[in-house]
Amino acid sequence: MFASIHVQQIPANLSLPEFAYNFSPVVEEHRPGTVVIDVDGCELLFGSAYQLANEISFRAKKPGLEGGLESTVSVAIAANPDAAIHAATRLQGITFVSPGEELTCLGEFPVAHLDYSLVNIEKKVADEILETLKLWGIRTFADFALLPVAGVSERLGQPGVRLQQLAAGKTERHLKVKPPAPVFAYSIELEHAITELEPLSFVFAPLLHQLCAALNAYALSTNELRVVMQLENRTSHERKLTLPHPMRDHKVFLKLLLLDTEMHPPQAAVRSVSITCEPVKPRVLQNGLFVPLAPAPDKLELTLARLAKLVGEENIGSPALLDTHRPDAFTLRRFTLNTKAANNRQLAIDNRQCLGFRIFRPPLRAVVQAEQGWPMQISAWGKQRSVYGKVVSLAGPWRTTGDWWRGDRWARDEWDVMLEHSGQQAVYRIYRELKTETWFVEGNYD
Amino acid sequence: MKAALSKAELEADIAGRLGGDVFKVHEKPAVETLSTGIPEIDALTGGLPRGAISEVFGHASSGRTSLMYSMLAYATTQGETCALIDTNDLFAPAAAAAAGIDFDRLLWVRGAGNLEHAFKATDLLLHAGGFGLVILDIGDVAAKDTRRIISSWWYRFRHTVEDRPTVIVVVSEEACTRSCAALTLELNGAAEWSRANPHRFVAPRNVMPMRKQTPVNRPVNRPSVTHGNLLRLNTIKVNRQRPLSPSLNEVRFGAYHNASVR
Repeated sequence: MFASIHVQQIPANLSLPEFAYNFSPVVEEHRPGTVVIDVDGCELLFGSAYQLANEISFRAKKPGLEGGLESTVSVAIAANPDAAIHAATRLQGITFVSPGEELTCLGEFPVAHLDYSLVNIEKKVADEILETLKLWGIRTFADFALLPVAGVSERLGQPGVRLQQLAAGKTERHLKVKPPAPVFAYSIELEHAITELEPLSFVFAPLLHQLCAALNAYALSTNELRVVMQLENRTSHERKLTLPHPMRDHKVFLKLLLLDTEMHPPQAAVRSVSITCEPVKPRVLQNGLFVPLAPAPDKLELTLARLAKLVGEENIGSPALLDTHRPDAFTLRRFTLNTKAANNRQLAIDNRQCLGFRIFRPPLRAVVQAEQGWPMQISAWGKQRSVYGKVVSLAGPWRTTGDWWRGDRWARDEWDVMLEHSGQQAVYRIYRELKTETWFVEGNYD
Repeated sequence: MKAALSKAELEADIAGRLGGDVFKVHEKPAVETLSTGIPEIDALTGGLPRGAISEVFGHASSGRTSLMYSMLAYATTQGETCALIDTNDLFAPAAAAAAGIDFDRLLWVRGAGNLEHAFKATDLLLHAGGFGLVILDIGDVAAKDTRRIISSWWYRFRHTVEDRPTVIVVVSEEACTRSCAALTLELNGAAEWSRANPHRFVAPRNVMPMRKQTPVNRPVNRPSVTHGNLLRLNTIKVNRQRPLSPSLNEVRFGAYHNASVR
């Protein structure tokens, strides 16, 4: 048996298919405002077909917050879905079309109201047939259904026969089931607030497991997880985990989430947790046979999260030079796997000037004994290192200035000096700030 | 003689039953290596052994960092994913870019002088797997601290990468990996002032050449000097715990010094 639900108008925030899923998992949305559901096997839940129709009509009048449609619906129950649709769209209230007695209910409907799209007939063909029927004096479904099938087939062809079966309520077809809209948001309200991380992990785990199962069911992955925790002090703690590659491994998500929560703990006890994600297509990658091995993306993400916890998020990444001439101007980008094949494999390293430089951060403030402006003796002490010695060779100075329009402008004279101390020689870069006339050791050539 | 005959008979009997290869000496597969990017050092050492620890040590201005940059430049341009654990935050990106390092394939972990964090970070990276080259730079850590590093760390690292194609390079001031390093490079040469190659860092191509390195007050009585590639002037001592090939089993001194480097 099939039940068709028809509603003239519903609030924009409510959905008729969503409402229909409350009664059956097999739902076809024929057109906006009309759905058909398969109600076979629903007797144990809702009783007889008539009781089910009553229940649908009753629940539809309920407000949206209680799962209703805030509207009055027409419900028709029939042995085939097309008869149910015709009855629901044409008749108000609850209609029960007994099997084999479709014409008793549908017979008086005007033949012009035949829904030809149900039997896959084009509008142009259907209009021609209906025009012919009008010329023949056929006005209702019953008139059309009573015509001899052989004659209809002879004069109107197979489309005419299909339309006649539709009018007689004798079509047979399967429902075109529309799967329910996937939900990638899960939340849980806690009876007692949680203050520690370990118990919180037992809350995260099932939510992430459900989320990944939902993603898996739709063959999707995610590259963004959003976690919202409602706290006891009536505030919310929101975190967003952005992944460089789509994944759906709940174990990896759990570890990443725990590491993130450990680094950014909520300010109060947690009362509820909600996790949502942005579904995306999974990453499909075919590695080349001769491409060097690279870390697995999920393992790399976990490692980066653990490193971030160990040394701080701001201390890991790929360096990138800034478009400026300011000394030691760089930024750290998020490290992502570069899967592109190295296109400069044949690069000859030996034709480059591979000169190592170890830069001191911050630079060491130095005391420089100068003779006629030339450094002769240098002494510099810092917390971790000290540099001192007699200058045996030097080059420079090179004056560099920049950003004069900003408060943090720089202007300095740089020297490369070779210092000798206890028989050992080392080459350093020193500079003198022009504004303050202060000397610094910037780093060591190595 | 009788015993020898009976041994031969026994071996023949066993070989007949179990196949001819049972008494064949199992040969270890040749160690895969990664180039340092400098052909002369590769010729001297055979390259950096994969699945093992290599150590580069020497005093300041001995060329450790230049060698490190060269290794990173070569490995990154070959498509290897590399990691640098910079214990004292001394890595200079401008110099590294000039050396040809592909930053897209380099993970830089900046430390704040905490040796324990550096070792833990190295351990995490090695366990993640998939890195072609992992460099632990403890070159600026005080010698008294490096001497206190417990051996179990090195054994742990060695065991972790044993069957993986990862190269671990430890850059330090003094030898500290003890017997765990498969290859040890000692850079013991003194830096010399080169007049031949007036080179300083060049700006990378994406940076507009606005920086004018204008010498001011250039002395008349002193030549305009600057230093060249420190490695060129170095003496390198190689020590191998595990020979890579019979022909490269000898310890050689000063070979790189004599090699002609363009």
